Amino acid sequence: MNAPAKPSALLAKDFASDQEVRWCPGCGDYAILKGVQKTLADIGTAPENVVFVSGIGCSSRFPYYMSTYGFHTIHGRAPAFATGIKLANPQLDVWLVTGDGDGLSIGGNHLLHVLRRNVNMQILLFNNEIYGLTKGQYSPTSKQGLRSPSTPMGSLDRPLSPALFALGANATFVARAVDTQQKHMPGVLLRAHAHQGASFVEIYTNCIVYNDGAFASFAEKNTAAEGELVLEQGAPMIFGKDRDKGIRLKRDTLSLEVVQLGVNGITEDDLLRHDETNRVLAGLLAEMRNPDFPVAVGVLYCKAAPAYDTAVHEQIAAARSAKGAADINKLLRGGATWTVGD
Amino acid sequence: MVTSTAIQLEPTGTPREEVESVVVRFAGDSGDGMQLTGSQFTLATALAGNDLATFPDFPAEIRAPIGTTFGVSAFQINFGARKIATAGDAPDVLVAMNPAALKVNLVDVKAGGTVIIDTGTFSDRNLKKAGFGSNPLEDGSLDGYQVVTIDISKLTMEAVKAYGLSNKEALRSKNMWTLGLIYWLYDRDRETTTNWLRGKFAKRPDIADANIAALDAGHIYGETAELPGGMHGYSVLQAEITPGLYRTITGAEALAWGLAAGAKLANLRMVLASYPITPASTLLHILAGMKQFDIVTFQAEDEIAAVCAAIGASFAGSLGVTSSSGPGIALKGEAIGLAIGVELPLIVVNSQRAGPSTGLPTKTEQSDLYQAVFGRNADAPLVVLAASSSANCFDIGIEAVRLATKYMTPVMVLSDGYMGNASEPWLIPDFDSYAPFPVAFADHEQIGAEGYLPYVRDEKTLARPWARPGTPGLQHRIGGIERADGSGNISYDAENHQRMTNLRAAKINGIANDIPLQGVEQGNESGKLAVVGWGSTYGPISRAVGNMRDLDHDVSHIHLRHIWPLPRNLGDLLAGFDQVLVPEMNNGQLVTLLRAQYLVAAEPLNKVNGQPFKIVEIEAAIQSRLDREFGEAK
Repeated sequence: MNAPAKPSALLAKDFASDQEVRWCPGCGDYAILKGVQKTLADIGTAPENVVFVSGIGCSSRFPYYMSTYGFHTIHGRAPAFATGIKLANPQLDVWLVTGDGDGLSIGGNHLLHVLRRNVNMQILLFNNEIYGLTKGQYSPTSKQGLRSPSTPMGSLDRPLSPALFALGANATFVARAVDTQQKHMPGVLLRAHAHQGASFVEIYTNCIVYNDGAFASFAEKNTAAEGELVLEQGAPMIFGKDRDKGIRLKRDTLSLEVVQLGVNGITEDDLLRHDETNRVLAGLLAEMRNPDFPVAVGVLYCKAAPAYDTAVHEQIAAARSAKGAADINKLLRGGATWTVGD
Repeated sequence: MVTSTAIQLEPTGTPREEVESVVVRFAGDSGDGMQLTGSQFTLATALAGNDLATFPDFPAEIRAPIGTTFGVSAFQINFGARKIATAGDAPDVLVAMNPAALKVNLVDVKAGGTVIIDTGTFSDRNLKKAGFGSNPLEDGSLDGYQVVTIDISKLTMEAVKAYGLSNKEALRSKNMWTLGLIYWLYDRDRETTTNWLRGKFAKRPDIADANIAALDAGHIYGETAELPGGMHGYSVLQAEITPGLYRTITGAEALAWGLAAGAKLANLRMVLASYPITPASTLLHILAGMKQFDIVTFQAEDEIAAVCAAIGASFAGSLGVTSSSGPGIALKGEAIGLAIGVELPLIVVNSQRAGPSTGLPTKTEQSDLYQAVFGRNADAPLVVLAASSSANCFDIGIEAVRLATKYMTPVMVLSDGYMGNASEPWLIPDFDSYAPFPVAFADHEQIGAEGYLPYVRDEKTLARPWARPGTPGLQHRIGGIERADGSGNISYDAENHQRMTNLRAAKINGIANDIPLQGVEQGNESGKLAVVGWGSTYGPISRAVGNMRDLDHDVSHIHLRHIWPLPRNLGDLLAGFDQVLVPEMNNGQLVTLLRAQYLVAAEPLNKVNGQPFKIVEIEAAIQSRLDREFGEAK
């Protein structure tokens, strides 16, 4: 790969393409685009070393709006394309953009496998709990009972949690962010980028047309403080407008509970401290839902593990050093041969 | 020539009978090692200087119940002192290791042929399992054959007694005992098999020794025993073979090596992404063992992921290859359409098998021609190549890489289960004699006033440039939505879609100017009858046409390796014949394509029973066409 000199100072706009952005006015995707562009500028990666890969859906238009290399592929299969890109050239900085329909319905299989293999890339799943581009059908993350064009009497499907799916797939990095929370999101994306392996980030994204307010209970300015728990490694799990609530482990039932600080003598020392290397804890945190619990955002889980693409190329290097450089003539003449004379 | 094997006297003084060619079929239970036996006999026969062709035929079940007819595995070899085109119509010799093998295979044996039977397996229980109502050794059903009954099981046990193996292990040497006998029968050298056994069982020398003892015992039995049925030894003279260095090669090996060679000539890393499927998995296995050639192999989670990963690899500047069989290719269809739209190189190998759906996974067929040429949504042209023999797969592999990279297009390579597994002698080419075709990736010189335009085409090939991510200044975005001519940006413009559709078609059609003119394999370039084939029907068509020409019939053999685009002279060539006959192992696919393209009155000859065409079947079809009034009148 070419190794261009790192530009002195990249700005978010250096990562914007000349294409007109065509999401609906007010779509959460705009905010994510801005957050991602800012993150890339902060990372300082040269745009030519970055590839954005997507499937199909509103979120999957994302690559067209980036000044990097981009591949808008087919529905649900972006993880497979991205894996192929990393197998061909592990040096490329690959970002995969998908949605709840693309990544968890038609592409659920591929998302499962890219996570378990731990292919080194960032996977941003824009979860708006709806099919936008096909005009408003319910998705695998839609709340049960949602009325949509295909479920006029309410959806019967039980929804799945993307973060729990990722943990179940043995993902090595699982995080959450909210489209509008621009101060929080770049930090999560930076962490995802720094992680070697498949970094899964679920981003709650408001679909203003078909599912407006799906996350209103925790994602808006006036609800975030009470509705969200912002995770920080090693920090006690405190939330609330007045920072007076916390999460405590009920040891007898291995479950979580919300407690009020200062009541019944409860102090910070009684609260759970976040340990992002603890997969069981990550699962408990991912399960937390409004209104009984705050929604956990930030890095739920992060554990170092070898990246698949790196390991693949280590095997190739090992084979090359053990068997010597490739020689087609030698290959064709290996094994039993015989000579027919004149 | 290597040492002559002409008439020699046996120790007993019986002379060997000289024969020009022989067809032998080894048949037994799946666990009897018939495929190994066959491949060892193939190698020994090649080393003895005969030309040969083989046909492995094995069940889909991994371990079918022992002794059942559906667990029978067979390996047929045709070898001789003349050019051998097919595995042979009917066996001269059948080796039946159990009643089920006899039951399944006797029907194919030539009238008066030799049947060698292991009587040690002919228990009442096994006879019943094979579905025999009475014992064929006693009820006269073998009248008309030369029957050689030997208790191979018992003789094998005796031969390996000294090695202290369990009964089960000892009996597994039965195939080597049998091979030893057949080696004696046709005067083959045992050394290669002995060496192979030593290598294969390097960690179990007792097993190696036992197998070698069995091999020797079978051979000695032939030399010394008074053989039942008056059986005596034969010699098969060496064939007139082009001088040079040879090996045996299967289609799967030849294709794997051809693709590796092509990637080398293109100066590309190859990424093969595949999902296991019979009979295509062998290609994955072979390439997985070739990492030193900078080949990345990826066993994907499904067929769709496999093709998508291959396309992703091509996007990133490697040669993406995916491999499957018909049902898997069906799953890949949408992604192949994307590769056609974004115009990236991609090689899709289809080892065809009988269908539809799961069909008969281990039985050969060539019924995916429609799928290859037409089997995608919308107007989605690509290149289709068809290998005509195991060895031909090597050159087809190289050509697939050349066309895919030069024209930035998917190339579908059609092989089949028969070709993939069958081995044939191969005059090993000198790789240095192949002209390299290194890929020229786009660089900063392609950056114009409007920046880098990924859909500005080469005027001659109509191919777009290939920009490798990581290259500064060439960042671009492509995808499945129609791309604007030039910039590649999303375009919903209807006129642009018309133009791009035309360009995609013109690019593929133009490849007709970059492939050889269609030649005639045998016969004249015009005349009464052209027999037009493709794929693995090459052998039987070639022999049948040759035989008919020897009888002074006016018939020619034309064999297509370029299925799409078709060679630019094919229409004119076919127009020079009164009749065109198209034998295919499908229900009539190439014949439809030829009729549609050229308005030629081509006629089908079809067969889909899982077996290759017999030479006599094609001869009969040729005869019936030539017997027609109008054919002779012109």
